[in-house]
Amino acid sequence: MSSWIDVCSVDDLQPDSGICALVGGRQVAIFFLPRRQAVYALGNFDPFSRANVLSRGMIGDIGGEPMVASPMYKQHFHLHTGVCFEDPSVATPAYRVRIDRGRVAVQLPE
Amino acid sequence: MSNKQTLVVIGNGMVGQHFLSSLAGSAAMADYRVVTFCEEPRPAYDRVHLSEYFAGKTAADLSLVEAGFFAEHGIEIHLGDKAVAIDRAAKQVTSAKGLTIAYDKLVLATGSYPFVPPVPGHERPQCLVYRTIEDLEAIQAAAAQSTVGAVVGGGLLGLEAAKALKDLGLETHVVEFAPRLMAVQLDEGGGAMLKHKIEALGVNVHLNKNTTLIDDGMQCRHKMNFADGQVLETDIVLFSAGIRPRDEIARQSGLEVGPRGGIVIDNQCRTSDPDIYAIGECALWNGQIFGLVAPGYTMARTVVAGLSGEAASFTGADMSTKLKLMGVDVASIGDAHARTPGALVYTYQNGSAEIYKRLVVSQDQKHLLGAVLVGDAAGYGTLLQYCLNGIELPENPDSLILPQRSDQSVGLGPDALPASAQICSCHDVSKGQVCGAIEAGCLTLGDLKAQTKAATGCGGCSALLKSVLDCELSKMGVAVSTDLCEHFAYTRQDLYNLVMVGQIKTFDELLDKHGKGLGCDVCKQAVGSILASYWNDYILEKPHIGLQDTNDTFLANMQKDGTYSVVPRIAGGEITPDMLIVLGQVGKKYNLYTKITGGQRVDFFGARLEQLPAIWKELTDAGFESGHAYGKSLRTVKSCVGSTWCRYGVDDSVGLAIELENRYKGLRAPHKIKFAVSGCTRECAEAQGKDIGVIATENGWNLYVCGNGGMKPRHADLFATNLDKETLIKYIDRVLIFYVRTAARLQRTSVWMENMEGGLEYLKSVVIDDKLGIGADLEQQMQHVIDTYQCEWKTTLQDEQRLKRFRHFVNSDQADDNVVFVEERGQIRPANDFERKHFKLVEEAA
Ligand code: SRM
Ligand SMILES: Cc1cc2nc3c(=O)[nH]c(=O)nc-3n(C[C@H](O)[C@H](O)[C@H](O)COP(=O)(O)OP(=O)(O)OC[C@H]3O[C@@H](n4cnc5c(N)ncnc54)[C@H](O)[C@@H]3O)c2cc1C
Ligand code: SF4
Ligand code: FES
Repeated sequence: MSSWIDVCSVDDLQPDSGICALVGGRQVAIFFLPRRQAVYALGNFDPFSRANVLSRGMIGDIGGEPMVASPMYKQHFHLHTGVCFEDPSVATPAYRVRIDRGRVAVQLPE
Repeated sequence: MSNKQTLVVIGNGMVGQHFLSSLAGSAAMADYRVVTFCEEPRPAYDRVHLSEYFAGKTAADLSLVEAGFFAEHGIEIHLGDKAVAIDRAAKQVTSAKGLTIAYDKLVLATGSYPFVPPVPGHERPQCLVYRTIEDLEAIQAAAAQSTVGAVVGGGLLGLEAAKALKDLGLETHVVEFAPRLMAVQLDEGGGAMLKHKIEALGVNVHLNKNTTLIDDGMQCRHKMNFADGQVLETDIVLFSAGIRPRDEIARQSGLEVGPRGGIVIDNQCRTSDPDIYAIGECALWNGQIFGLVAPGYTMARTVVAGLSGEAASFTGADMSTKLKLMGVDVASIGDAHARTPGALVYTYQNGSAEIYKRLVVSQDQKHLLGAVLVGDAAGYGTLLQYCLNGIELPENPDSLILPQRSDQSVGLGPDALPASAQICSCHDVSKGQVCGAIEAGCLTLGDLKAQTKAATGCGGCSALLKSVLDCELSKMGVAVSTDLCEHFAYTRQDLYNLVMVGQIKTFDELLDKHGKGLGCDVCKQAVGSILASYWNDYILEKPHIGLQDTNDTFLANMQKDGTYSVVPRIAGGEITPDMLIVLGQVGKKYNLYTKITGGQRVDFFGARLEQLPAIWKELTDAGFESGHAYGKSLRTVKSCVGSTWCRYGVDDSVGLAIELENRYKGLRAPHKIKFAVSGCTRECAEAQGKDIGVIATENGWNLYVCGNGGMKPRHADLFATNLDKETLIKYIDRVLIFYVRTAARLQRTSVWMENMEGGLEYLKSVVIDDKLGIGADLEQQMQHVIDTYQCEWKTTLQDEQRLKRFRHFVNSDQADDNVVFVEERGQIRPANDFERKHFKLVEEAA
């Protein structure tokens, strides 16, 4: 298992919204849901519009499942898995993310 | 081919066309070659909605014939050609243009003509009638040279004509021979209430007036002289004194006609010649002429059934009517005059609310015989069903017309109707047929209308149709949901009220009190917009920021490659050369694609997220403000150059446009709002295609509301005329806040209006007459929005913390390497996929 990569401070997170971090050359969208005290990380690339914009989408839930809506054409992606709700054959990568002592860290796959 | 018989139809009016389309859909169509004569220059159009021609509907909008209909069904139509003779012995019809067509079957659908009483002077110029599109064109032309108009006849059509004259800006009079208005449908009490209400709207009503002579007037073109010695001066006389069947061609060929006109028909709609039928307003059945479209349609279907070899008969028709006359609801059902022996009458009269209701019931009080409703016709659907289906009345029949003060419901739910109950009288659709269509899968109102045709005629039954649909759907377990989304079991309007009543300031508070889950992009944006329009806080304030989609979050519009556009406000489209130079310099410095928009301003494209603050710093320093191109809010107030320069301009449209744009900028709404102001009727600013349109006249400003360009264009409705600026602004304040409070999410004003119960008249009553008593409140809310306006970009630029968000990466200053531009026509544009793959493009540094 690869190591955790330090990204930013918790204060850089946007409550109920997202930010984008450059992690090992990848664009990673990190979302913060204060109501669930949870952070999530997905690829920033929107497979539908082919633009790096998912971090600028709105977040919430569909049937209790946490999601982000692409700001471009409004498809919804699961915040745990990156799978698209409207078309499950499409997904964006999901990454592990954690908060430790006020810092946000992301783990990239091998 | 050759063994087909020939069927000739004379007249392509509403009923003639209904006959043709029913025939085209029937088995009999295969047996006939069909030829039709149409005297008018265009095929059938909707006479029932003829008055909408004055509200901007075109002849094409009113057409009842689908494009290609005649060609598709091989029907020969002779437009502008009148049938002048029938030779019954030779079985042929001759036309004015000289055609002779042999027939096997002949259908007369010649309609009727407006009766003009033989008053001396009735043939003077500008003495007109109200029946065809050409008549309306003549009225419009005459009105342009007139200030006073008088309608002879206070019946249903006369009052509609009076409304048209009023809307054309004329001082309007109604002259009625009888002692009350709508004498056929209304009793004395109902007629009196109607007169009272119509006079309150500024139409003068003269009863018991017998016109004896029309001659030259002193101030006006004509003087009408009445038998009682009084006179009335007017520029236009519009006769609407009843209709007479057009039976001349039948008369001349020896068919039996009634003593007072009308082609006599039997229950199969056959005339005295079994190969000739008559349908619609020219036909006389059982001594009766039917001046409504629904009975004519039934006759048409009866003939089609007969030709198809099915047994069908016409056995009379219900003449109940419900309509809105100058915004006043009027309805008459069955035996309104209580002529049935032993009939009992209940009346309810409310002087302050100006409502009159009368119920006529059978001697045993078990059945409803008739009713009259003036001022409030909400009960029409229920009462009509009681009457038509013989449903037993409740114990106290008067509960049906008394106002409901407790929560007891006296309405007759759709469930109580038998399957045979007629839902739509225009197209004769029963409840059973509607339910059948629902079972077969028509689960929306649109599908149901397309399938059954119900509610596609006069539209009077659409509320009933919807309640049948909702009732059936809920029985099938399909939830009829008007919920905003899964997080809020409320409509947008409900949520607005909850915010107002609970003085709720944040999404979280609203979610905790009235919602569930985390929310989603639908409810967050809707609530964000509600909070913004009510409190007008800075939208990037912490509790609100997550409620905005990317455009509002970054105060710019996202483009296809993830870059943004920048649109500074250019109020009214007026800009100094120096300010234009600033724009040019900014566009050049940041290498932005630059374009003049359709909204009279400049749009810069291709700005990266991290460039937005610098660009806006330069713009705001030079005095530009945010143009809110990203918000569901006021966009532009387009203007034409107006009286300052234009030789036709009658008022300063640019000045007013700038003032309006500065007044309403920043107002957040369910959807975007666009205005325009034109300096004269040439309308170069296209104000009638905007949510709010203003046009200068010699006497003030005319206000138009709820127009739309875009996907489904809608011509704006004329709302009020000749306003001074103060009143104009008052009305706009009220209309906009009422829209903000009551529209559905993402509903433009046009769709809001289309869905509004009571439509334009209702909106007028709320805004102009202040019927709900909320006028001052609406203005106050608008004043709050105006007082708390801030340029969102200026505020944002002052906050270092907030500016931190304007970078692509939280942990790096690099730019997004996926954004690649190429050059075209001297400016940048996003590279397409092909270019990205085949050239190793490097992004431009800025
Ligand atoms: C820039 C402009 C086209 C141009 O180059 O001229 C434009 C561009 C866009 N229009 Fe528009 N519209 C522009 C004038 C219009 C007009 C003409 C007008 O305003 O006189 C109309 C028809 C008039 C009307 O709205 O009634 C118009 C009807 C639409 C519609 C359809 C709205 C409807 O009710 O049917 C949309 C879609 C929507 O809003 O949901 C739309 C949406 C858009 C969006 C926001 C689409 C999007 O989400 O990316 C475009 C992005 C603009 C940007 O990035 O800045 N745009 N759009 C015009 C900006 C005017 C301005 O100065 O603000
Ligand atoms: C302003 C207005 C509002 C109305 N509102 C309502 C309403 O709300 N509800 C309602 O039910 N009804 C309403 N009506 C009545 C309704 O329009 C008529 O009942 C309906 O149009 C009758 O249809 P028809 O085909 O019999 O006659 P028409 O529609 O008049 O059609 C007859 C056609 O035959 C043509 N014609 C006549 N003679 C010849 C010939 N010899 N050769 C060739 N062509 C010929 C005529 O030019 C005409 O085009 C309204 C009417 C008007 C004018
Ligand atoms: S018409 Fe369509 S493509 Fe053109 S600007 Fe408007 S939304 Fe964009
Ligand atoms: S009753 Fe006229 S459309 Fe249904």
